[in-house]
Amino acid sequence: MKESLMGAAAITAALRRREAAGPGLIPFLTGCFPDPQRFADLLPKISACAEVLEIGIPFSDPMADGLSIQRSSQIALENGASLARILACLSAARDSLSCPIVLMSYYNPLLAYGLEELVRDASAAGVCGFIVPDLPLEECAQFGELLAAGDLALIQLVTPVTPDSRIDRLAAASSGFLYAVTMTGTTGKKLQVDQVTAYLDRLRGHTDLPVCAGFGIQERAQVELLRGHADAVIVGSALIDVILRGDDPLLFLRSLREAKELG
Amino acid sequence: MVAEERIDGRFGAYGGSYVPETLVAALEALAVGAQAALADDAFLATFAAELSSWAGRPTPMTRMHRLGESMGVELWLKREDLAHTGAHKINNAIGQALLAKRMGARQVIAETGAGQHGVASAAACARLGLPCRVYMGAVDVERQAPNVQRMRLFGAEVVAVSGGDATLRAAIDEALRDWVSDPQASYYLLGSAVGPHPYPWLVRELQAVIGRESREQIMQQAGRLPDLVVACVGGGSNAIGMFHPFVGDQTVELVGVEAGGKGPGLGEHGASLCAGKPGVLHGTYSYLLQDADGQVQETHSVSAGLDYPAVGPEHAMLLDSGRARYLQASDAEALAALEDLCAMEGILPALESAHAIAAVRKLAVERPGAMVLVNCSGRGDKDLGILAAQSQAAAS
Repeated sequence: MKESLMGAAAITAALRRREAAGPGLIPFLTGCFPDPQRFADLLPKISACAEVLEIGIPFSDPMADGLSIQRSSQIALENGASLARILACLSAARDSLSCPIVLMSYYNPLLAYGLEELVRDASAAGVCGFIVPDLPLEECAQFGELLAAGDLALIQLVTPVTPDSRIDRLAAASSGFLYAVTMTGTTGKKLQVDQVTAYLDRLRGHTDLPVCAGFGIQERAQVELLRGHADAVIVGSALIDVILRGDDPLLFLRSLREAKELG
Repeated sequence: MVAEERIDGRFGAYGGSYVPETLVAALEALAVGAQAALADDAFLATFAAELSSWAGRPTPMTRMHRLGESMGVELWLKREDLAHTGAHKINNAIGQALLAKRMGARQVIAETGAGQHGVASAAACARLGLPCRVYMGAVDVERQAPNVQRMRLFGAEVVAVSGGDATLRAAIDEALRDWVSDPQASYYLLGSAVGPHPYPWLVRELQAVIGRESREQIMQQAGRLPDLVVACVGGGSNAIGMFHPFVGDQTVELVGVEAGGKGPGLGEHGASLCAGKPGVLHGTYSYLLQDADGQVQETHSVSAGLDYPAVGPEHAMLLDSGRARYLQASDAEALAALEDLCAMEGILPALESAHAIAAVRKLAVERPGAMVLVNCSGRGDKDLGILAAQSQAAAS
């Protein structure tokens, strides 16, 4: 990574820089998907189209994910993906990556790796933060403290069914940005954007962190409608689908960013 | 029944609530609703009335004269096989369905392995007029076809899950995904003492009727407490329901029996307590069959109900504290025990329950003459297809 900032500060700074130009882009790519070699090839290219890049650690039981990410996880695991191997890929690619990296993982692969070793090794690989979808506020004290000591972000998620008092606590515990899950359900369904702008605006009243919207974002029109409401959009299933179809992921990501590139 | 106990969702180091944020509010509401219901005399009275007038409780306790003598122990069987719908699962299903109704749920979702919890949930929902959708692994749909038919007769929608390992674990993954999509209107009727808080506690409380009745019956019928209490353990709900009322009785040894399957190799069995290590699956921290990278492993058991890579967190605590111990019975040992019980006592147990009976043969060697109480958690009619296939394989 070419940033001089590290950890949570690097994430926040990268998202702030985009501010005037509309929502930034946080692509989600499953680690070692489709296989370790193609993943290593994609990393620098996708990072060039991103404010922040989210790398998923494949897990055998991804309960918050829809079919696309389930499938990508399964393919990656069959092709030898592991947390250690993904960290090695990131470490090797470090100088060619032009944005901060965050890891998205279910908790069990992190526990199996060892939390202390993980913070050390992730930090050494240039990772700036973590998103752990099955580690709610009540359970995150231990990992959160280790990450804070290593100057890495623990990005908290809020949802449309999270009560206001809880949003305050989640926002206070979050670092890097606040992940606004745009709908109930798993990843991969299409979002009706007009229904979430009020929710996103409400979140602004709870935090000074960048607010990034994820779940169900698939096309430029949605991104445009989120201008002024979200600092960035997280695009996962749609990007995985493009890769699964054999289409060009870079063309797709650029189409999300620039209206003029829409065919 | 729970007023003195502090309920924080932890069993020693185990348990907890490792779930997506979308489910946090729903689980908190469930914990509050369940604690209020189980402290409410009117709710408990309704639950007790349904258990006795609809589900057929108390179930009997029967002395196994011939089988016991052949093993060299005084053997007693708690007859959950005689409960309505054929297994202990009905205790939890009707209890949680009453809770769902009380909490204003519009629909119930459930997962099932052997199909017993699916049948029990479908029956309980029919009884209370609640729509019910049951997720079941495609492999289990195949091997437990009669139960699928029963669920449909009770008006439930059965969804075959072909993803993942296409057994109980994949069914839970999919039921959780369904619940995440509408956590406010759906009630997730989890079938074992696993999953995030409050389920391990709630399911244990609803199943503890097994152990309470047993304790009373054995005192009446045998005049003293048993030396050993034995139950099979998949997720562990029949075992924890049986064990819990005996935990304070230090003279009573508690023994759980896991699926030893075909052998000790990864993927060949379902013995999470005997062979796993702690980790997080389906919202709880407990023993888990996983590889070095934390990926959950495939399991195998001849009995669908024990074919699960994790186990309820209270069992993890009982293992660590030494209050209970856990053995394995292989597929072959369970099948032999099933045949013995049929031939000597005229009782066809579920293949799950046959694992517990199989372990008594080993325990009898250590404790000859001991008084042994085994929970016969269900009846084996559902397994006739598997038994026919097994005897065919043995003959060819």
